[in-house]
Amino acid sequence: MFSSFMTNAWIVGTVVALLAGATGFFVVLRGSSFAAHAIPNGAFAGAAGATLVGITPLVGLIAFAVMAALGIGASRRHRSDVATAMALVMMLALGAAFLSLSAAYEPQVDALLFGEILGVATSSIAPVVIISLACALALAFMYRPLLFNAAAPDLASARGLNPTVLEMAFMLTLALGSALTVPVVGALLTFSLTVGPPAAARLITRRPATALVTSMLLSVVTLWASIVASYQTNLPVGFFVGTFSALVYVAARVATQRLGRRA
Amino acid sequence: MHWFLEPGLWSNDAVRTGVGVGGVVAIVSALVGLFTVMRGQSFAGHALADVATAGGAGSGVLGFSPLAGFVVGALVGAGAMEAIGVERVRQRDVATGVVLGGATGLSALFLYLITLNSSSTGSTQLILFGSLFIVSKATFFVAAVLSAVVCLALAWLGRPLLFASLSPDAANARGVAVTRVALLYTVLMAVTVGLSAIVIGSVLSTALLIGPPAAALRLGRSLSATFTTAAAFGVAAVALGVVVSYDSYYWWPSHRALPVSFCVVTLVVVELIAVNVVRRVTTRRIVETRE
Amino acid sequence: MSTTIVDVRGVDVELGGHRVLTDVNFHVDTGEFTGLIGSNGAGKTTLLRVMLGLIEPTRGEVRWPGNARDERRVGYVPQKVALDVDVPLRVRDFVALGDDGHRYGLHRRTRETWSRVEEMLDAVEATDLAERRIGSLSGGELQRVLMAHALVSRPELLLLDEPLANLDPGATQDIVELLARVRERQHVAILLSAHDINSLLGVMHRVIYIANAHVASGPTDEVVRPDVLSQLYGHHVDVVRVHGRVLVVTGDVTTGPVAEHPDLVVE
Repeated sequence: MFSSFMTNAWIVGTVVALLAGATGFFVVLRGSSFAAHAIPNGAFAGAAGATLVGITPLVGLIAFAVMAALGIGASRRHRSDVATAMALVMMLALGAAFLSLSAAYEPQVDALLFGEILGVATSSIAPVVIISLACALALAFMYRPLLFNAAAPDLASARGLNPTVLEMAFMLTLALGSALTVPVVGALLTFSLTVGPPAAARLITRRPATALVTSMLLSVVTLWASIVASYQTNLPVGFFVGTFSALVYVAARVATQRLGRRA
Repeated sequence: MHWFLEPGLWSNDAVRTGVGVGGVVAIVSALVGLFTVMRGQSFAGHALADVATAGGAGSGVLGFSPLAGFVVGALVGAGAMEAIGVERVRQRDVATGVVLGGATGLSALFLYLITLNSSSTGSTQLILFGSLFIVSKATFFVAAVLSAVVCLALAWLGRPLLFASLSPDAANARGVAVTRVALLYTVLMAVTVGLSAIVIGSVLSTALLIGPPAAALRLGRSLSATFTTAAAFGVAAVALGVVVSYDSYYWWPSHRALPVSFCVVTLVVVELIAVNVVRRVTTRRIVETRE
Repeated sequence: MSTTIVDVRGVDVELGGHRVLTDVNFHVDTGEFTGLIGSNGAGKTTLLRVMLGLIEPTRGEVRWPGNARDERRVGYVPQKVALDVDVPLRVRDFVALGDDGHRYGLHRRTRETWSRVEEMLDAVEATDLAERRIGSLSGGELQRVLMAHALVSRPELLLLDEPLANLDPGATQDIVELLARVRERQHVAILLSAHDINSLLGVMHRVIYIANAHVASGPTDEVVRPDVLSQLYGHHVDVVRVHGRVLVVTGDVTTGPVAEHPDLVVE
């Protein structure tokens, strides 16, 4: 399980999970789960398109995720959920079309949708780490404004925070993060990691910084447990990521409700 | 017309069944989806579609009909979302997200098991992205009956639902059981998404549910006109999508047709953008004075 | 000696093609207690939002002498804030965001910031709420916390949007007295909007009366007079003083007297 060909999986998995936990904290805080679900699907279309044209998947992943993010971020005012839904299905449909045109064989498709953590190449470690660090820095830079804008948008605007700029910046960070996570846990499951652990973390503590750290830790533990379970059972890692993420949240819900008043 | 309607299109039995089932499903989706858009529940609608995926994939493992799997999956998802709690908007967001994430995990498992157990390829893409052309006559019949049931139920629920969607508090005061109405509506939405999953695939069924109604609503006509327009948009997208997909076989020397689902979704998006552009041009004066 | 904090000059506002405010002129001086009085829908919130720079006036300007626009020192307490119940923020954290929530970048909060947070929570008598989750507060508790949040950056002017709406008479009096104390101890000017003038009569230095998209401002006695208000409304208005309370009665011949408020109806 810790043999050399698994090393890459452990390294990239941990980095990706830490980032997903941090991004997810703000996703849940800002109520942008739908966007967080849609953007990885943009990344999926990008990867499929890159396969069709024959370029590095990472370029396609980033380009399409950013496109989806810009589309969603720009139409935030009126019926944003409709815009998100349409961006989402358009991206998925594009991805499907690219795949069928390029005649990708089934395991490739499955890997893009549901992830293939064991197939992480050594050459992709460096870009993943660098882009993750950039995203983490961006989030740290925006930490207080994001918190303020999520808690009380009106007050934040009154203090001179531009909500559109903030939203765009956050969506772009989300897009970069998603582009990294998609090849590892897949387009459909990137989202699980971004919502389950953070939603659990905010129930456990009422301190913002603690909630952020808890979210990252829960996310890492979820992914580690998923890798172990997948290795032991030979079942897809995505199944465990999805299930464990949901379980973490349900456990936190039950625990905090049992204890009466929440922390 | 031969350049547009390639020879043999209408004599093809699979195409006829496909257009038939697609049309029926497009109408139901448009009617049900109108409320989804008005209630701002696009995310829930989409989440149900992803849960339907798990159901569809599960039916593949157990050997049931995909339609049954899609519908049952979506119904279970609706129940789970309700159980986690949807009272407040932000919490609804999280509850929907968690169910969606968990269900996707299950889909991953079931799809993996299918590829493990069967020699048939392409099942993942079939379940996720659908194919209109392989719908059997029997499925068509079941889908038509289910669609009729959903339409009748929606007609019965329509008025209180509209009231509860526009003003929950006022509806409550007038004795409308707002939460029960919401639950019943979620069930209708689940069945619709299940139906639409066999046409354009589970993850894309959101397109038919949200796109045509959103476009129709933008035109800002009376309620009945909006219903009709939404249904017309939906049917047009499906019918044209089938034609374009069929034709595209001849577009490239490689003879790889564009998937029907891709064509339908693209047409839905085009409709929505076109309506938005038309709206923007005709209402520019008002917008200008507001800004 | 008092100086002008904000100067509103010739402001017109149109929203959706409707003229909401016309030629609004007034200023607020340091340490003053100002009441922005008008009935519901008169444009009070709009005027506050114009002062905050959230709405651009169609004509005229809002000047903050002494301060550049982005560092104007003004605290804002909106009428209501929709807070998510599960937001992981303690009252303490939320108040601190009033100081640095708008600042990008990495910086630790100093002990000085935290002690200012404590001081402001104390000033609004909300010290015992400090550790509570912000989403768990009642309406009255949240209002005090919002005040502490607005005060923590040491503003020169505190804008409050209808802080007295939906309060019973006893609670109204408590809040007004609290604000008067805050004004004195924190050396902050206060401008609050309200639809009833009476609860503010004892503490208010200046009134800005808003009606019919126009305003009249000045000391209470000079503004709340039949001639001034009649000109504002464009038709005859009576000002009646009964038992130390002021009743503004507007009306025309056909509909009979209509008071500004149901509880002030004069038969």
